[in-house]
Amino acid sequence: MTKEPVAVVGIGQTKHTAARRDVSIAGLVREAAVRALEDAQLTWSDIDAVVIGKAPDFFEGVMMPELYLADALGAVGKPMLRVHTAGSVGGSTALVAAGLVAARVHRTVLTLAFEKQSESNAMWGLSLPIPFQQPLLAGAGGFFAPHVRAYMRRTGAPSGIGALVAYKDRRNALRNPYAHLHEHDLTLDQVRSSPMLWDPIRYSETCPSSDGACAMVLTDRAGADRAPYPPAWMHGGAMRSEPTLFAGKDFVSPRAGRDCAADVYRQAGITDPRREIDAVEMYVPFSWYEPMWLENLGFADEGEGWKLTESGVTELDGELPVNPSGGVLSTNPIGASGMLRFAEAALQVRGRAGEHQVDGARKALGHAYGGGSQFFSMWVVADTSPIG
Amino acid sequence: MREVAIVAFGQSDHRRDTAETSEVEMLMPVLHQALDAVGLRAGEIDFTCSGSCDYLAGRAFSFTMALDGVGAWPPISESHVEMDGAWALYEAWTRLLTGEAETALVYSYGKSSPGDLREVLTRQLDPYYVAPLWPDSVSLAALQAQALLDAEVTRDRGGPGDIVADERALAGVAARSRTAAEGNPHAQLAGSPPPETLLDEPYLVRPLRRHDCPPVGDGAAAVVLAAGDTARRLCRRPAWIRGMDHRTEAHSLGVRDLTRSPSSRLAAERAGAFEAPVDLAELHAPFTSQELILRRELRLGADVRVNPSGGALAANPMMAAGLIRLGEAAAAIHRGAADRALAHATSGPCLQQNLVAVLEGEAS
Repeated sequence: MTKEPVAVVGIGQTKHTAARRDVSIAGLVREAAVRALEDAQLTWSDIDAVVIGKAPDFFEGVMMPELYLADALGAVGKPMLRVHTAGSVGGSTALVAAGLVAARVHRTVLTLAFEKQSESNAMWGLSLPIPFQQPLLAGAGGFFAPHVRAYMRRTGAPSGIGALVAYKDRRNALRNPYAHLHEHDLTLDQVRSSPMLWDPIRYSETCPSSDGACAMVLTDRAGADRAPYPPAWMHGGAMRSEPTLFAGKDFVSPRAGRDCAADVYRQAGITDPRREIDAVEMYVPFSWYEPMWLENLGFADEGEGWKLTESGVTELDGELPVNPSGGVLSTNPIGASGMLRFAEAALQVRGRAGEHQVDGARKALGHAYGGGSQFFSMWVVADTSPIG
Repeated sequence: MREVAIVAFGQSDHRRDTAETSEVEMLMPVLHQALDAVGLRAGEIDFTCSGSCDYLAGRAFSFTMALDGVGAWPPISESHVEMDGAWALYEAWTRLLTGEAETALVYSYGKSSPGDLREVLTRQLDPYYVAPLWPDSVSLAALQAQALLDAEVTRDRGGPGDIVADERALAGVAARSRTAAEGNPHAQLAGSPPPETLLDEPYLVRPLRRHDCPPVGDGAAAVVLAAGDTARRLCRRPAWIRGMDHRTEAHSLGVRDLTRSPSSRLAAERAGAFEAPVDLAELHAPFTSQELILRRELRLGADVRVNPSGGALAANPMMAAGLIRLGEAAAAIHRGAADRALAHATSGPCLQQNLVAVLEGEAS
C-alpha cells in the first residue's frame, strides 16, 4: 500500500520574545497560523483538520488549552488533535499531522505548536515535587550538565567547544528576523566569560525562555500542485522513545536518537548523511548538544563531533550548516521549538529562509528531542517530490 | 482503506481512590492483560500511543513515567496525546492506515483521587475570562441539563432518536446504567433503586442529583490494534474499525446550543454510523442529560442497547473513559454479543469535543 506524499506549503511563526504581553495565548497562536495560511495562500475553510502541540500545560497553567483554542484556530466543526511528547513535541506534532495526509484521512492539515512561557514559570512547572521521585529542582540545565561533562570526558573535547556553538548560533540569529535573541555586540570572549550556571554550562550557552508559536500547512500532491511557492516534500519522518532512567541508558548518545535517525535516513534513501544533507536544524538547548547530536545523528563518528564544530564545518557557510536560524539557543518557546526546527528545515529547501538561507540547500534534516533525552522526532525534507 | 481492527482490550478495576499504587503500577497489569490476550510482547508492537493529562497527576511530563512501565527498550516508535485515550487510538489508527505499522498498542490512564476533580477541571476553561471564576464541571453540566429540560424541541414527534427530556428520563438513564453495571466486574458503582425512588433524592446542582453525575475515580485501559490478516491471526473475531472521526466545537458556552451536539452528529456521519443500523452503542456520557443529547444526535432508537457496561455513570476514569467505550464495544464484538457497534468518546466541558467509531464483526 502506498502513502500519499506530504508537502509543506505554508510556514508561519511569530517574532519570538521574552513576553508577548500584547496578545493572549489565542492571539499568539492565531498570528502564526494566519502567516502560514498566507504563505500557502489558503483560507481557514481550506483546512480539514488541526493538530496542535505544546509542552506541559503547567507552563501556562491551562489544562488542555486546545479546548479553549478551538475557536482561535478555526477548528470548530473540524477534527483537532493535541500532541504532547515533552520537548520533542513540536516535531511529533508535525509528524502526526503529516500522518493524517499520508493516510489520506485528510488532504490539508494545519499544524501548530506554541509556548507562552511568560504566562507562568517554566522552572516551577518542571520542578513540582511528587512523592518517591527525585525532584528536578534545578530545571533542565541541572539535568543535562552531567551528560555534557560525560561527553567531554569520553571524547577529550576541549572546554571551549560549547562557546563556539553559542557564538555561531547567536550570530546566525542576527539574520533571522523572528529569532528571540539578537545580540549584536556579542563576542566569543563574552560567551566564554559569562557566568557559570551548571558547570560546564555557562549563561551564554543556554537557551532563553520565549513566547512564540510556529505553524505549518501540510497537504497532499494535489494541494502541492496549487501552492503559490515551492513546497518542501517530506522524504522521511520517525519518532523513537526509550525509558528515562535505567542502568543501560547512554545519556551522551541515546539509542532512541540513533535508531530514529537511521529510520529517517532509510525512508529518505540517505546512506551518507554528512554528504547528502545540505542543512541541519537540530535541537540544541545547551551549546554542547551540537557536537553530541552530530555524533548521535550520524554526521560524525563517535568522539569526532566536537572536531566538526571546531573546524567550522557547522558554520552558516560551512560544508554542513547547523542551525542557520540561530536554533533553540536563540529562540526557545519550548513546545514550539521542535516544530521550528522542522519548519526551518522546510524553509531552507523551499529557498525561503531569507538572510539565513543556505545556498543550494536541497535536502535538510529537522530534529527534536525531549524528556531526559528519551523522546526523539525527526524529518527529512527536500525540494523534490519523493516519487519524482 | 486498509482494514484495521481492535483485537484486544484490557481495563483496571475502577476505584474511588488508589493511593496505594502509582500510575505505573495501576497501568502495568492492564498493559499485560491486553498484550497477553493476543500473545504479543511490548517489543513486538510496531507503534505505541497513549493518552493522559498532566493536570491530574499534578506534575509536568507525567506520561514519561508510564512509558517506563511499557518497557521501551530497545527504543520503540511511540507518541502521546494530552487527551482521552480514544484520541490516542485515532492517532494509532491513522498510523496503521499508512501501512507503516501492522500492530499498535494504545493505553490511557488517569487518577483523579489526588486532587479535587471539580476544581481541577476548571483549569480547562478559557484562562482569561472564565477560569478565574472557577465554575466547576458539575455546575457546567447542570447548565447544560437545565437547557435541555427547558427546550421544547426535545419533546417532538417521537421518531428514532427523538427524546423526552425530563427529570424522570434522567433518573431512568441513571437507574438503567447502574443496573447494567452489575454485570461489569470493573465498574466503580453498580446497582440502583428504581427511577421513582431516585427522584426523591435531593439535588446536587439543580437539576442534577448525585445519580445524574459520574463517580470520580482512578483507572486505566489498553487496547491492541492490528491490520488485515494480522488482526485475523491474533483474534478469533476482530472488531473492524469501519470508520472513525472526531470533531470539536466552540469553547465558549455562550456561543453554542448546549442542547445539541453537532460535532457528535458530524463525526458519526463521517464515520459512516448512519449507513446501517447499529445494535450496540457505548456512549461516553458522564452526565445522564448528555446521554439524552447523544442519543438524538446519533439517532439511536429504542432497539439499540446503550451502555450495557454501565457507561461513564458506572466508572468515569478521566482520560481512559473514552478509550474504555471503544474497548467495551470491541469486546462485545469479540465475544459475539454485537455485530455492528458505535463507540463514542467526549472531551471538554459540556460535550465540546466528540469522537465516533463504528466497529463491525464479520459474520461467522
